Amino acid sequence: MSDPRVDTRPDARLSVFKTYKLYVGGKFPRSESGRVYEVSDAKGKWLANAPLSSRKDARDAVVAARKAFGGWSGATAYNRGQILYRVAEMLEGRKEQFVREVADAEGLSKPKATAQVDAAIDRWVWYAGWTDKIAQVVGGGNPVAGPYFNLSSPEPTGVVVVLAPQESSFLGLVSVLAPVIATGNTAIVIASEKSPLPALSLGEVLTTSDVPGGVVNILSGRTAEIAPSLAAHQDVNAIDLAGAGADDGLAKELEIAAADNLKRVLRPQTVDNAEWFATPGIERMTAFLETKTVWHPTGSLGASGSSY
Amino acid sequence: MTIEKRSSAFEYAPAPESRAVVDIAPSYGLFIDGEFTEAAEGRVFKTVSPSTEEVLSEVAQAGEADVERAVKAARKAFEKWSALPGAERAKYLFRIARIIQERSRELAVLETLDNGKPIKETRDADLPLVAAHFFYYAGWADKLGHAGFGANPKPLGVAGQVIPWNFPLLMLAWKIAPALATGNTVVLKPAETTPLSALFFADICRQAGLPKGVVNILPGYGDTGAALIAHPDVNKVAFTGSTAVGKEIARTVAGTRKKVTLELGGKGANIVFDDAPIDQAVEGIVTGIFFNQGQVCCAGSRLLVQESIQEELLDSLKRRLSTLRLGDPLDKNTDIGAINSAEQLARITSLVEAGEAEGAERWSPACELPSSGYWFAPTLFTNVTQAHTIARDEIFGPVLSVLTFRTPDEAVAKANNTQYGLSAGIWTEKGSRILAVAGKLRAGVIWSNTFNKFDPTSPFGGYKESGFGREGGRHGLEAYLDV
Amino acid sequence: MLQTHFPECFEASTDPSPHRHLISSGFLGLYSRYARRYARLVTMPTTASTALPLKDVTASDSTLRRFLHGLPGVDAVGLEARAASLGTRSIKTTAKAYAIDLAISMVDLTTLEGADTAGKVRALGAKAVRPDPTDRTAPATAAVCVYPDMVAVAKEAVAGSTVKVASVATAFPAGRAALPVKLADVRDAVAAGADEIDMVIDRGAFLAGNYLKVYEEIVAVKEACGASARLKVIFETGELSTYDNIRRASWLGMIAGADFIKTSTGKVAVNATPANTLLMLEAVRDFRAQTGVQVGVKPAGGIRTTKDAVKFLVVVNETVGEDWLDNHWFRFGASSLLNDLLMQRQKLTTGRYSGPDYVTVD
Repeated sequence: MSDPRVDTRPDARLSVFKTYKLYVGGKFPRSESGRVYEVSDAKGKWLANAPLSSRKDARDAVVAARKAFGGWSGATAYNRGQILYRVAEMLEGRKEQFVREVADAEGLSKPKATAQVDAAIDRWVWYAGWTDKIAQVVGGGNPVAGPYFNLSSPEPTGVVVVLAPQESSFLGLVSVLAPVIATGNTAIVIASEKSPLPALSLGEVLTTSDVPGGVVNILSGRTAEIAPSLAAHQDVNAIDLAGAGADDGLAKELEIAAADNLKRVLRPQTVDNAEWFATPGIERMTAFLETKTVWHPTGSLGASGSSY
Repeated sequence: MTIEKRSSAFEYAPAPESRAVVDIAPSYGLFIDGEFTEAAEGRVFKTVSPSTEEVLSEVAQAGEADVERAVKAARKAFEKWSALPGAERAKYLFRIARIIQERSRELAVLETLDNGKPIKETRDADLPLVAAHFFYYAGWADKLGHAGFGANPKPLGVAGQVIPWNFPLLMLAWKIAPALATGNTVVLKPAETTPLSALFFADICRQAGLPKGVVNILPGYGDTGAALIAHPDVNKVAFTGSTAVGKEIARTVAGTRKKVTLELGGKGANIVFDDAPIDQAVEGIVTGIFFNQGQVCCAGSRLLVQESIQEELLDSLKRRLSTLRLGDPLDKNTDIGAINSAEQLARITSLVEAGEAEGAERWSPACELPSSGYWFAPTLFTNVTQAHTIARDEIFGPVLSVLTFRTPDEAVAKANNTQYGLSAGIWTEKGSRILAVAGKLRAGVIWSNTFNKFDPTSPFGGYKESGFGREGGRHGLEAYLDV
Repeated sequence: MLQTHFPECFEASTDPSPHRHLISSGFLGLYSRYARRYARLVTMPTTASTALPLKDVTASDSTLRRFLHGLPGVDAVGLEARAASLGTRSIKTTAKAYAIDLAISMVDLTTLEGADTAGKVRALGAKAVRPDPTDRTAPATAAVCVYPDMVAVAKEAVAGSTVKVASVATAFPAGRAALPVKLADVRDAVAAGADEIDMVIDRGAFLAGNYLKVYEEIVAVKEACGASARLKVIFETGELSTYDNIRRASWLGMIAGADFIKTSTGKVAVNATPANTLLMLEAVRDFRAQTGVQVGVKPAGGIRTTKDAVKFLVVVNETVGEDWLDNHWFRFGASSLLNDLLMQRQKLTTGRYSGPDYVTVD
């Protein structure tokens, strides 16, 4: 497939290349290491240079995610739902850009790439509608055997590291990221190593959708280089190993590192690209939710008048 | 410019919201199968602004033939609508929610003009809740399998919905959002004194590209509603309004296969214990009975105050009532707007007369009522007992009946001593008392240290003669599913 | 008790002015009301004595604690909702003009910086006296507020005007010093001519429950103020943290003889808010109802725009009414607020939006 950025007509206008940056704390920095790596399309043709993140970039991303957690988890579910829906609105407007990037990244035809992007937009809408419902599905009052009011409610676990799927550069990415933030967690995403560009572009969409800075942080680079320090990071609460799926050795290594502070681990499931289209269940949300149960005495109405 | 040392308190200059934001046409038709049309018999009626009695518009009045046509259109649309993937239905509802948000100011001014309630309320309470309801239920459309009603719950078919005049657009949202999300189609009859916001909603459905026939709006009077509810091809009946009409409807659907939910009247007890946070309790009492001029089914129309703090509480309450501003509903500083109709005003007046005749003591803050329009000053009656008419009958106006109690047991007994069971309020610093009393109150919605709080995620509905069924929350889906 | 202050409430009358629920009975009433207020001040003892209201609750530390802990609780959500709802009042045209001028007259124009010099204080004083050089009709501010060693300069700068000189004291802002040091601080400011003293309470003692210590310090400071200086008591609401504490501190301060209760020093992250000021206004209202003594309220810090100031005035108006809508009973502790008030004032008089070039730096 010819590079759509290159117009081969005579007198063709020279296009302006995009410089891809990381998305951390609501800003777009380069890697602090100053390094980049070449990203090519499915046929091996050069697409762009993407930042090659270092452990320090990862560390900074955790700081940003932690800082953003209080505000994001403290926002009303309604507010989070509005923002996620806004992401879908912004993506719908930018569809062409993402169709092109996905087509380039995965070697897909335009119709196939369009189907992926459409599904990704609908996936945002799906999760936008969950923010104010998950508590009703997984929480509730418990009828304890005593004069107590007892309520179980789900709460976000905190800062979640997400290894985005290596193959499905956009639909898979959205499918693992949206449930994390819909539930009030903040995220550090390690983009697909060979196809990071749609992920980095997603950062632009998030920032124009009123997603507060730090709620989502997107790093590109070598998964095996940056994932270990994040898996071991003591201020990270959970890790989604979707992007380590193909490499059992890496997945196991990361799970071992995560055990140091007992992070919640979502092991990789073998998902082929077609399966990302299926309607998700609620597991990707419950994986990052804690359950808090509160007791309160209800004064009992005794036989001899009120004892309350 | 010097400071004029006025002899009055800081006087608020008029701060009118502009009417220019809304364009009311001189006439409106019925909305059937995606189009506005005349009524088959050509009947029309006028809708007025209750604060000035000016005629706002002339609206087509639906008759039996129109009901027949609308139900047919809804049935036809149901085939496709219920077969759509939930995710697609969701996206229609999300569009509607967003357009409502965009047009909020216009709709708020419209609602204020047609209903008489203050712009402060339509702008800050009604409209945000309307949009939120559509947002919430949009998100359920593709998640019904998670709602606890089985893996693949099915819609019922065509819903016939009749709504009241006190929160016209909000009651429409409460009815239409869950019905559509679950895959039903609807025929809705707005109240005869407030048809306009439903007709504007029809326009929003068109803007959102909603398929024809999914939503049909039939303005009209009681006979239109009765015809709709009795129509044999209506599978689901939803009604919000008076208990008397609710009972009629229950009789009408008896022996049929129609599912019915009713949201009826109330005589909510607002219970204030001696350790209540007094200043906040006063706010809760004021909101409870004067929000929307008291024309609220869940109004805290009975104040049950612990006798030991009665005097202190009433002093604070009267002082607070003196700061209420009654007047032009379009003025942003107005707290109390007009009563919705001459008929409703007459009802309130007659019940208040009964209160005086039966020996309760009446009080209102000094209040000038405008010379045209339907107005009633905020009023409170003290020395009321359970035996008084004004302690039992729903007044549906800005009239508070104050009763006392000595112990929590007595408060609970008095609060429950009514044929109604919609709402109650509990004011106390003690958590266990809140939970104990809440556990004993026979009411569907209990507010503790707050009042009149609504949210699309929170189920709302009554016990006893306040109706049955719940609107809002996961529970609100049940009414529209074949479960 | 309330009936003497709000007689209008108790008649279902046909008052022709629908929204004037708390008005007096005529223009002359305004002046006789001033006389009534000042008369109370003249006869009220200014030395700590048995004439202080509610003195019996201060018989011992435990009695005082019982009293303060027995005050009704505050529901935070309800309080904040009421404050927010008052913030939606729309104050336009003539009402806005009145509010702006009233707000200007209520400003305690403040400089409390380590870098303050005589030059800075002189400039502040000149501005307080004549805030708008382009419009002589702008009212003067209520006072200037400075550190004790700047009082003398400030007095000179405002001499001949109605502007008072308020001085912070008692080891402001932290208040962490021995009592003799704090009292010396007060005496120094009073000797230099301060009309008002803004003291800080010992928050450490308060949070540790040593209410009697806090009370006795206020009483001692009031004594040091003598007959010449009115006392404002700063609670530092941000440090007290809960509304229940703010209510308790308010009553404690009023029982101890405060002329004003004040929210904050302006030196911490969270200062005056409509909600904490509403709470304090409820306290002064209830205190007057119970004891007959009127106490003023001063929110300080974080009030930067005209919009903010007007919100506070609405809260005053609808909580305690016109008796407090006067700079003898309500102040704003602010510095940058004044310029925003002046720019808004200019917009109302000229019809054009103003800019920083048209108001002075102080």
